[in-house]
Amino acid sequence: MNLEVTLGDLHLNNPIMPASGCFGFGREFSAFYDLNQLGAIAIKAATGEARFGNQTPRVAETSSGMLNAIGLQNPGVNGIIEQELPFLNQYNVPVIANIAGSTLEEYIEVAKKMSEQPVVQALELNISCPNVKEGGVQFGTDPTLAYHVTQAVKSVSTKPVFVKLSPNVTDITDIATAVEKAGADGLSMINTLTGRRIDLHQQSPIIANGSGGLSGPAIKPIAIHMIHQVRQKTDLPIIGMGGIQSTEDVLEFLLAGADAVAVGTANFQNPFICERLVQDLPNTLQAYGFNSVKEVRDARCSHQSTSH
Amino acid sequence: MIIEDMTIQKNECIALNTFEMVISGEEIPLQIQSGQFVHIQIGDGKLNMLRRPISVADINRISKTITLIYHVTGDGTKWLSTLTEGTMVNVLGPLGNGFEIKHAEGNHILIVGGGVGVPPLYHLTKQLVRHHQVTVVLGFATHEAIFYESAFQQLAETYVATNDGTYGYHGVVTDVINQLDQPFQYYYACGPSPMLQAVQRQMTDTHGQLSFEERMGCGVGACFACVCEAKNDKGYVKICQDGPVLQANEVIL
Repeated sequence: MNLEVTLGDLHLNNPIMPASGCFGFGREFSAFYDLNQLGAIAIKAATGEARFGNQTPRVAETSSGMLNAIGLQNPGVNGIIEQELPFLNQYNVPVIANIAGSTLEEYIEVAKKMSEQPVVQALELNISCPNVKEGGVQFGTDPTLAYHVTQAVKSVSTKPVFVKLSPNVTDITDIATAVEKAGADGLSMINTLTGRRIDLHQQSPIIANGSGGLSGPAIKPIAIHMIHQVRQKTDLPIIGMGGIQSTEDVLEFLLAGADAVAVGTANFQNPFICERLVQDLPNTLQAYGFNSVKEVRDARCSHQSTSH
Repeated sequence: MIIEDMTIQKNECIALNTFEMVISGEEIPLQIQSGQFVHIQIGDGKLNMLRRPISVADINRISKTITLIYHVTGDGTKWLSTLTEGTMVNVLGPLGNGFEIKHAEGNHILIVGGGVGVPPLYHLTKQLVRHHQVTVVLGFATHEAIFYESAFQQLAETYVATNDGTYGYHGVVTDVINQLDQPFQYYYACGPSPMLQAVQRQMTDTHGQLSFEERMGCGVGACFACVCEAKNDKGYVKICQDGPVLQANEVIL
């Protein structure tokens, strides 16, 4: 079955990719399966300098989900370029580089360096990490700041820029519209929702950072709804994410308005999940009467034109 | 690293909130080494997204079984404790780096375990006693929490301390080590971080290996949930991937 999808200038063999932050830089998962099977790989966020991240504990389980507050630990943009990208070069899979920062200047620096790397096919502009004090989410919750950072990154990037949206806003379509006006090539949504758990024995937060980002199936209906809302306002390609565990979930995201999907938390439970989803997707599409991913998109578009 | 459905042969309470589970499989029991761990899925994976990392206490390659000892601390391990003989559990493993035994220098080796950190030391001790003199010091919170005392005693000279003094030595493992006042040439320790820190400081002149506990996400080194500051180029280690066993002088506690 033809699973190909086109996200603007970005061509993927199938719509399944691991989500940034849930797949490291691919190395660990290459021990489980051939990464060439993936539609793309969204690598862990890069910042200007190396970051150690937050204190541990950094994760806590919740009902059908988890909280994390890793704190953008990464070896810095230069470290990633030198130590991690050469490994990914051996694969024929588009790499989407997630870029983060505390200031406009940092975003520009990281975006410029990353977009110059031949192995990097697109940037994912992370303006939605809830876990660092001065780390981007302020850009993702204010339409004016989101516009400026997107425009600045677009002006230096030689590759398409997907803006990763935060769900921690009153109206996500305001941010989506602002970044589209600033020239975004696509959207990636949703990042985690801010949450907190408290240990009853210690009477303090389980996560050392206090709050963390909620992910997993618990947030799936929110992601589906937000993608649906944004899809009413824009024709930009959308990479959908939030609790995907099965090929039925993938189809639900595509029907909501996503053009491709990213799988996050599920990689932690089953390191083979992305491979399995790629392999199982044709059967599921067929079971619901589709003969390609494009047919799902066409069905969605014709449905949207007739009813809201 | 594989995922396999393993069959529970035994799942019994052996001490306060502590269960011993024996599971059989095809590959993992043949591949796993002392000090490595397995990552167990809780339920069907729809409610509990994270696996539970549990280190291997014993390995039987002939019967293709591994023994896991776990402490019931929350919903996930509580669910695990209710499973009966014949039930399958979904296991990812073997994970992490186990104990390096060839590096055990000298004759007299000290083993230090605290609470639920005791289990991985059991299979290790079984191997070490073949070629070394071994002294074991185990610490538990209270009398009811003690397990495997006689199992260790059958292998080596074993001392037990309880924090509340309800059994054995009243105090912590480092007090016992002080009193032993013996020249150990090498040591292995596993337990909660404060215990590892105390042992590391006490044994500064002796080489050793520490096995760490930490809340984990993926268990394979991808999510960066379980990092610990270290004296290496990167400045950190991932407990799940670089550990759980690390050289004692490598980590900063």
